[in-house]
Amino acid sequence: MADEWVIEVDGLTKRFGNVTAVEDLSFSIRRGEVFGLLGPNGAGKTTTIQLMLGLTTPTAGTIRVFGLDLQRHRRAILRRVNLAATYVSLPTNLTVWENLNVFARLYGIRKPRAKIEELMELLDLAHLAWRVTGTLSSGQITRLNLCKALLNDPEVLFLDEPTASLDPEVAARVRDILRQIQQTRGITMVFTSHNMREVELMCDRVLFLARGRAVAQGTPAEIQIRARARSLEDAFIVIARDGRLHDVAEVTEAD
Amino acid sequence: MGLRIYALVLRHLYLYRRSVTRIGDIFFWPVMNLLVWGFVTDYLQRMALPQTVVFLIGGMIFWDLLYRSQQAITLSLSEEIWVRNIMNVFIAPVSILEIMIATCIVGVLKALAVMVVLGVLAYGLYAFNVLAMGWALVPFFSILLLFGWAVGMFTTGLALRFGHAAEALIWGIPFLIQPFSAVFYPVEVLPRWLQTVAYLMPSTYVFEGMRTVLQAGRLDLEILAIAVGMNGLYLIGGAAFFGWMLHRVREKGLLSRLYLE
Ligand SMILES: Nc1ncnc2c1ncn2[C@@H]1O[C@H](COP(=O)(O)OP(=O)(O)OP(=O)(O)O)[C@@H](O)[C@H]1O
Ligand SMILES: [Mg+2]
Repeated sequence: MADEWVIEVDGLTKRFGNVTAVEDLSFSIRRGEVFGLLGPNGAGKTTTIQLMLGLTTPTAGTIRVFGLDLQRHRRAILRRVNLAATYVSLPTNLTVWENLNVFARLYGIRKPRAKIEELMELLDLAHLAWRVTGTLSSGQITRLNLCKALLNDPEVLFLDEPTASLDPEVAARVRDILRQIQQTRGITMVFTSHNMREVELMCDRVLFLARGRAVAQGTPAEIQIRARARSLEDAFIVIARDGRLHDVAEVTEAD
Repeated sequence: MGLRIYALVLRHLYLYRRSVTRIGDIFFWPVMNLLVWGFVTDYLQRMALPQTVVFLIGGMIFWDLLYRSQQAITLSLSEEIWVRNIMNVFIAPVSILEIMIATCIVGVLKALAVMVVLGVLAYGLYAFNVLAMGWALVPFFSILLLFGWAVGMFTTGLALRFGHAAEALIWGIPFLIQPFSAVFYPVEVLPRWLQTVAYLMPSTYVFEGMRTVLQAGRLDLEILAIAVGMNGLYLIGGAAFFGWMLHRVREKGLLSRLYLE
């Protein structure tokens, strides 16, 4: 098998009452790929991630992770994936080390202490081990959340706006760490961000969503060319405004 | 499975190990209640009322057990919602059953701790000896804990589904049960139709049983068997309700948004 698909999404639809958050979405993600989910606010990125983690049940469609059906093999899949996001946090009244210890055990890590120490070193958290989580800065909390998300050596890591609310320097450091982890461990990453520079730096392939629908898919460079934009940021603006991507062919014809 | 349950219990023990106020929280209300009821009992005794008034203290201690058991299970999940940790727990490979078992263990530990403190205080201050009930304590204790869990699963379901909006219900629902459980008075003082309601609560059998044991020194096991059977039904009902609420929450995509409500 040349390409191993770790995630296969087919016909995925999610309606909340009369709001359609995700509509008829199909895409696949390769092992080791950094896959970006892009789109304006409310496009359905977070909902898609929630669906892929089984936190929300789909209205229609199927999700397969590692070739397993998510509905039926949820726990087996959860052992092998993890999530870091701005809207989740670890209990603020436990120390950094206590929080990591609880989750290391929850994931059944064989040598929890060694694993925690290794990751704290990697994420520059060692000196904060005995600090109460609630007293950390947002950059430190982001690193702690990443640390928790790496405890089970996930094969797929979901990152919902991992650098939101970080200052540029800290954001750059988090990106460095993520890239390093991705390269040394070959983790597949599903990534959302509103920072297009970051997306260009991080993502091998992106999927553009607008109002829950897929409007474009490809490498950041391809998308930029197809949108005839000067940058991915401009492409984003074009797609967000029109709600679709005029194909190059289509555009040349009109020309 | 054991390891994951241990991890979840550990999470709560860490919380209590650090926080003096949290530990204070566990004991404050029960001890205050005991003091009030203890002095009321003292006063009533001095007014030369029959010695049966000592049942008030027993009733208070046992009621607290039921209440703590319900609260423990509900609060530990609500806590995860409030600190936004709920998603971390729900994307870990842990089952709902494991979460529930861990919560119940934390609940038992807390209830036992409170029970011991109240027992010692009641003996020291009012010469009320909980241990005078002997082995009957075991079924009493279990029935109240189990009924507390059943009610707790119901209120946890509400907390999960309605977030902060359900807070009043979490605290309030046990007090819907109290008047019908004959905590401080015998069932026979209730109007006829309420007596029927009372006997639908497993807790009623415990409070009635406690008075019989203290008065006559014997215990009707058959009646306790009824309470245990009922508990089984309530537990199934509570678990089903919780499962239904969880299903709705997944459908409505609320797990990531719970803390907003
Ligand atoms: N639980 C929910 N109940 C009702 N509507 C929801 C729910 N979750 C999301 N939505 C709606 O679905 C749409 C997609 O939301 P989602 O959070 O997935 O967007 P997003 O792409 O992550 O946006 P952002 O960039 O702002 O994070 C929005 O219109 C949102 O209001
Ligand atoms: Mg989002």
